[in-house]
Amino acid sequence: MHRKNTTYWKSNLKIVISLLIVWFLVSFGFGIIWSDALDNIQIGGFKLGFWFAQQGSIFVFVIIIFIYVLLLNRLDKKHFSKSSEDD
Amino acid sequence: METQTLTYLFVGASFALYIGIAFWSRAKSTNDFYVAGKGVNPIANGMATAADWMSAASFISMAGLIAFLGKDGSVYLMGWTGGYVLLALLLAPYLRKFGQFTVPDFIGTRYYSNTARLVAVICLIFVSFTYIAGQMRGVGIVFSRFLEVDIDLGVIIGMIIVFFYAVMGGMKGITYTQVAQYCVMIFAYLVPAIFISILITGNPVPQLGFGDTLTGTSTYLLDKLDQVTIDLGFGAYTENTKTNIDIFCITAALMFGTAGLPHVIVRFFTVPKVSDARKSAGYALIFIALLYTTAPAVAAFARINFVDSIQDVEYSAAPDWFKNWENIGLIAWQDKNDDQSIQYSSGNALEGVRPDYSDRRGKNGERILNNRPNDNNVNEIYIDRDIMVLANPEIAKLPGWVVALVAAGGLAAALSTAAGLLLVISSSISHDLLKKTFMPRINEKQELLFARIASAIAIVIAGLFGIYPPAFVAQVVAFAFGLAASTIFPALLMGIFSKRLNKEGAITGMIFGLIFTSSYIIYFKFINTSLNLPENWLLGISPEGIGFVGMLINFAIAFIVSSVTNNPPKEINEMVENIRKP
Repeated sequence: MHRKNTTYWKSNLKIVISLLIVWFLVSFGFGIIWSDALDNIQIGGFKLGFWFAQQGSIFVFVIIIFIYVLLLNRLDKKHFSKSSEDD
Repeated sequence: METQTLTYLFVGASFALYIGIAFWSRAKSTNDFYVAGKGVNPIANGMATAADWMSAASFISMAGLIAFLGKDGSVYLMGWTGGYVLLALLLAPYLRKFGQFTVPDFIGTRYYSNTARLVAVICLIFVSFTYIAGQMRGVGIVFSRFLEVDIDLGVIIGMIIVFFYAVMGGMKGITYTQVAQYCVMIFAYLVPAIFISILITGNPVPQLGFGDTLTGTSTYLLDKLDQVTIDLGFGAYTENTKTNIDIFCITAALMFGTAGLPHVIVRFFTVPKVSDARKSAGYALIFIALLYTTAPAVAAFARINFVDSIQDVEYSAAPDWFKNWENIGLIAWQDKNDDQSIQYSSGNALEGVRPDYSDRRGKNGERILNNRPNDNNVNEIYIDRDIMVLANPEIAKLPGWVVALVAAGGLAAALSTAAGLLLVISSSISHDLLKKTFMPRINEKQELLFARIASAIAIVIAGLFGIYPPAFVAQVVAFAFGLAASTIFPALLMGIFSKRLNKEGAITGMIFGLIFTSSYIIYFKFINTSLNLPENWLLGISPEGIGFVGMLINFAIAFIVSSVTNNPPKEINEMVENIRKP
């Protein structure tokens, strides 16, 4: 039982950390730190760095949360398929 | 019908709807009152969270701020959405598993200490009241401009409405009212945005119109906007003027602050299961993103329309909206070069920045100001950034019903957030202060009564803030996020992810975060405002971004103190093990 919880927690942490890296990259990375460099690339009327800062990062945030929901539901099922989820 | 009549109709109908919902969803137990019986569907909770979160600041002020800040305004867009990723991945599911009623509840239990609970309650009340003051000002602006009632009367009407559903329905009433308010708000935001996008770029999707060409030309909107702002003496719209480190820290403070705001966190206590809490954060962000990805487009449209419709126009021929907003004191014009026409460019038009109106009218019919003109520039216009979203439909000459809709939307945004904040204030008083600390022997019925009394008192205080707005409302917003980031967020995060952190560590961490952040903000915003310049800031970080540094200090102190004091007791270890399981 104890070991099962530990492996569950470790896989959870792995998922959370990888998704937070993406979160950091699109906002602090593309939207702020490398934003000016990305502005040299223009797609339609948008300079890329500006787009990430004002719209792109927000779209990616939504996707990150839903990937997390999907992966965690799968992980829950693998580790706790029989036990109830209610309190 | 006249715009005025339509506005009364729309606002009246939306208020009737909110009161109807309040009657239908009365709270019968503390469980209903604090967490809506833990039976809220995740999609409905997502909508309610979005309405709770998107305040008068998001609806009324944000696009206006971005319109005048350009790329620097991105801090609000990323900061106020990125926090939801942190909430979903790091806090919401675990706090739901913990399964109690309030945020101080978690901190008090996890750190086995009523002192920790008390520090959390103090931070929570401070953050929430700061926030409410801004909502009530929003209600006042909408009422005075669109319904032409006195600001005070407007605030009182708003208080009565919130009183109805917050005191009667508690979290249950608030949740279902917020679902309705979200629908009103988002419809009211998108309709004018779509209209204006079609007018300016021919593209019906504002998110895409933002990157499209101007109707009938091959010039991109943003290129044109860059050129216009450069010509007027501002920097290019799509380039930063702030330093990267400051933008980084402000964005971080807003993100971590968002994830630490009690009225948002408590929403995730209301869903039935842990997996619903995760899903619900995702839905909340979709509903929020709908408005937040529209806002930068609205900002760009508004800036270009604003310049187009007033630049070099004779005052006597100026559009009605210009004079209406001048009459209520949010626009001012001073004819510096005496040519009877309006010139707008960079720099503060007036000495002392804010206009000081006299009772007299000038030869063109404008309100005469007591301010002396600022002779360092040729700008003749003072404009309060808060009015851009509300004025936008009129500036773009949209029909009266769109203007009326925006008024109803602005009220929905302000009222829904005010109600959510009132609830966390009242529950932290009745539950954390009375039941858990000072009066442990009261029964559930008495606790419910105290919760209702506390929220009634909180409404009256919030109303007084609206009628007699403290001069420092704008300054204290940095406070709310800075404090949430430097006190509540670290305590919650480490409570879940570290078993080693003990009560000594958490309490000293919170207190150091609180003292560092608040003294930095108070020093630059209240004591030495003349020193509030980049060269005097610590590492070039403005008071708006200092909460991020406060958070790092909190983490460091908490770990150091914990490592030299005792381990937390065994029950706490088990509790942490338990909340980590879904």
